[in-house]
Formats: sequence, C-alpha cells, structure tokens
Amino acid sequence: METDKSPWNWLLLVPIVIPFCTFLYNGSDPYLFGFPRFYWLQLSFVGLGALCAGVVYRRTRKSRKR
Amino acid sequence: MHTVQLVIFTTLFAIVAALGFVAARWRRPATMDHLDEWGLGGRNFGAWVTWFLIGGDLYTAYTFVAVPALLYAAGAYGFFAMPYTVATYPLVFLALVRLWSVSHKHGFVTPADFVRARFGSPTLALLVAIAGIVATMPYIALQLVGIEAVLKQMGLGGDVPLIIAFAILAAYTYQSGLRAPALIAVVKDALIYIVIIAAVLYIPYQLGGWGKIFDAASDKFHGHLTLGDGQQLPFLTLALGSSFALFLYPHSATAVLASKNRDVIKRNMAMLPAYSFLLGLIALLGFMAIAAKVAPIDHDPNTIVPGLFDKMFPSWFAGVAFAAVGIGALVPAAIMSIAAANLFTRNIFVEYIAPDASHATQARVSKLASLFVKFGALLCIVLINPQFSIDLQLIGGVIILQTFPVVGLGLFTRWFHRTGLIAGLLAGMAVGFALLYLTPNANTHREHFGGSAYHFGDVSMYSGLIAVIVNLAVAAIVTLIARAAKIPDGVDATQPGDYFADRS
Repeated sequence: METDKSPWNWLLLVPIVIPFCTFLYNGSDPYLFGFPRFYWLQLSFVGLGALCAGVVYRRTRKSRKR
Repeated sequence: MHTVQLVIFTTLFAIVAALGFVAARWRRPATMDHLDEWGLGGRNFGAWVTWFLIGGDLYTAYTFVAVPALLYAAGAYGFFAMPYTVATYPLVFLALVRLWSVSHKHGFVTPADFVRARFGSPTLALLVAIAGIVATMPYIALQLVGIEAVLKQMGLGGDVPLIIAFAILAAYTYQSGLRAPALIAVVKDALIYIVIIAAVLYIPYQLGGWGKIFDAASDKFHGHLTLGDGQQLPFLTLALGSSFALFLYPHSATAVLASKNRDVIKRNMAMLPAYSFLLGLIALLGFMAIAAKVAPIDHDPNTIVPGLFDKMFPSWFAGVAFAAVGIGALVPAAIMSIAAANLFTRNIFVEYIAPDASHATQARVSKLASLFVKFGALLCIVLINPQFSIDLQLIGGVIILQTFPVVGLGLFTRWFHRTGLIAGLLAGMAVGFALLYLTPNANTHREHFGGSAYHFGDVSMYSGLIAVIVNLAVAAIVTLIARAAKIPDGVDATQPGDYFADRS
C-alpha cells in the first residue's frame, strides 16, 4: 500500500507548537523597528511556518521519488 | 460624494465582473453540465491558481474589516489571528491531503459525501451538510457587510448599490461556477497585496513611524500592549479553535478539492503563509487607525479601516483600496455559495429527493441553489440588522467546529461508532449554542451572544472549544455503549489505501 509516512512530517510540529507558547512573545522588550516583541516575534513565526512546510514539501513530494 | 473614488471603484468592479463572465471559457471543459466542472472547476487547478483561490477564499472582506477592528477595540487580544493562521496550515493540511485523495478516488464533491461513505450514515452526512450550510450563510452575509462598509465611506448609502453588486455576482457565478472566483481571485489578491504594502509603508511614514503608532495604541490601552493574565487562555483557545474551524468550513474543502494533485496542496502549505503575513499587517491597521485618530462611524469599529484609507490615502488610491475590499468580498461569497449549493445538491437533493439525478441535473440544481443561497444572505442584511449576521457567524463558527470529530478525526480513524458521532455532534451544538447565548457583553450592554469567550468565574476560554470537548466525550461514551449493546455500525466504503491515492 502506498503511504505518505515520512519522518520529515514531524517538522510540521514546530509551527503548530511554537505559536501557542505565549511565554515566548508575551512582552514588549526588545523592540524591533518600533514593534514590541509581542508583534514582531509573532509575525516572524509566519516565516518559520513557511520554512518548515517548504522543507517538508521538498522532501516528501512525489516528483522526487522514483 | 467622492467622485474620484467612485469612478475607480466602479471601473475595477466592472473589469472584475467581465472577467467573471469570461471565466466560463477559461480552461474550457467539454461540458459545463457536471458538478465537477461547475462546482469544482474541473478538479484540475495547479499550484498557483490554487494559491490565489485558497488565499482569496479564506481571507475575506470581513476579515480585512473585522480583524483590525478587533485590534482597534481590544488591543493585543485581536492578534489571536497570528497563532491561528500560522498553525492552521501545518495543523490541517495533512488531513486535507487525505480528504483530497479519498475524494479523488470516490468522486466526492463535499465533506458530507465523504462522511456518508466513511460511516455509512446518510443521517450523519445530513447533519454535517446542514451544519455547513448554516455556518456558511451568515458568512456570505458578512461579505456584504464588507462591501457596505466601503460603499458607505464613499457616500453611497441605501441598499440599491449593494443589491446591484450582488446581482452581478450571482449572475456570473451561475454561469461560470468555480472558474469565476478562481480567475477573479488573481485580481483580488494582487489588489490586496498592493494596497496593504502601500498602507504599511505610506501610513506609518505619514504618522511619524511605527514607534509613534504603538505609542498611540499604548496610550489608549493604558500601557498594555500585551496579553493580561486572564487573556492568555481565551487568546490561545480561540486561536486553536479557529484554526480547526477554518478548514471545516465547506468552502475550504471546495477550494482544496479543485486542485490537481497532492503535491499542489502540499506546496500550498508552504506558499499560503504569505497571506498570514499579510493578515498580520492588516491587523495592525487597527493601531494605525488609533494613531490617526480615525473615529468609527455610528460607533461601529468595522468602519475604521475604510475610514483610515479615506483619511490617509490620496483620493484615487483610496478608490483602489475600496475596490480591493469590495472585490475581496466577491471571491469568498462566490465560493461559499457554490460550496453550500453543492452540499444541498449532493447531500439533500440527491440523497432524499432524486436519488438517480443525472450529472446534468445535479449541476442545474446546484446553480439554482447558489442563487437561492445568495438571495437569502442578501435578505439577511437588507431586512434584518447586520448585527444579526455577526451573531450568526459567531454561532456558525462554533457549529462548524462540531464537525471536527466526524470530518477531521474521521479522515484518520474509524474508531467512533456512527451513533456516537451523531450524539456527540448534537451535544456539541447544543452546548456551544447555550454558552454563546449565556455570554453577555458589558461594553455593548448586550445580554446574549456578547462574545466568543465563556467565563467560569475568573477563567475564560473559547466556547467552541469547550463544546467540541463535550462533543468528543459524548461521542466516545456513546461509542462504547453502542459497541456493548451491539448496535449495528455503518459499513466503511473506503479502503486505507484510498487516503493516499494520487493522480498518476
């Protein structure tokens, strides 16, 4: 049976768990370009999510196999 | 009157309407008389079209208006949209890839089609279809609130312009099906990106920099630009519940099932966060409005984004921005009405009224149903207070979340008994509705449907998540009882390999 099990999928846990860790970002210091940490750090999680999903895609896509 | 804005708005709107009608010939199928063509655009969209379509589908006009309004009114709490949109793609895409495969293999058009085959229960499928339709209708109505907000800002009051806009939308959706929003989404998303990038560069420059904007917001919220102690749990549970609910909405499944193969969906998991970043910036428009001292019209915070554009941008660019919001309403409204129409056709009409309807009949019924759905949404806004739609959408989000054990977990496990799932679904809906009903809002002096967070003494959390926990508990207990009592379970028409099937 064909499956899509791959250890790379575990990488997707990173952008699922990190955004829910309020202790990481629930504060103001340090500021970045005038943004309190609460705002710039959460915006940067978007990049983290895209990166993790991108790696998983490239490692598990079908056109890679064979 | 804002003549320049109106001219630009009308021109862009007309171009998009023309595109909507032309779309019927785009990737022209052999026949439009099939639900796969009208309702799913031929099931053959590649990575870029899918990116525009899903992005245009999920980030609605209401989102652009309501998320900044929440930041404007409630501060840091409104930023729940960030954890929500970051987590949603990895959290649910592995499930949606499976939904795509099993639907590809069996020709499913709606999530309820899948439920029927998986659990052998037309009743369960009917409940899922009804939940989908009930949750989608007010969502369509809220797209009208988005259009109305910009029309009002341009000085166009009354219902006539709104009715005209919606009649045009209904006509091209009827003719072109899902191809229309797919083509229009390209224009919509391009406009939105241009407007927001301009906004986050130009407006802070006018206001003296981001530091000034956050200072003004800090003054308004007495120095609290982060979450207070009691806010963390509602913030997290609302984000978590919303990220599950987003992909249980039928219009998400419609956009995902229209894609060509599994790789397209996986690739989009990496490409779609671009919209999440955009949404984060859009949210911050709420703080810009505070710094720019934009006053809400009629105490309605949903008017602050159009107000901000009107105040800060030159007139012609404000016209472009209003067009972006207005067109931004058309794409999701079209996809939502198609999704609701497909649910009606497949899981009510074919299931209970005309079991041997041909593909051509199904397509015709779906086209008519899409008109009916849009007409209903229009009546909701024109005849009843828009607040009614906002309340309904709050309820709709909680209701659609209750399909999580059936549709979400159902893609991975067949452990639950169909009787258990039906009991859980009904219990979850009842609890969710009751909690929302019992939530007052001190700010607006409303006794019911005052917000999404329910308070137990000092602790509060998202009502939808509480309801889904009850739902799961009931489903599990009834499953065990049903097994012990040897109540017959439905037959699973799917095979384990179906969940990995791909277009060769």
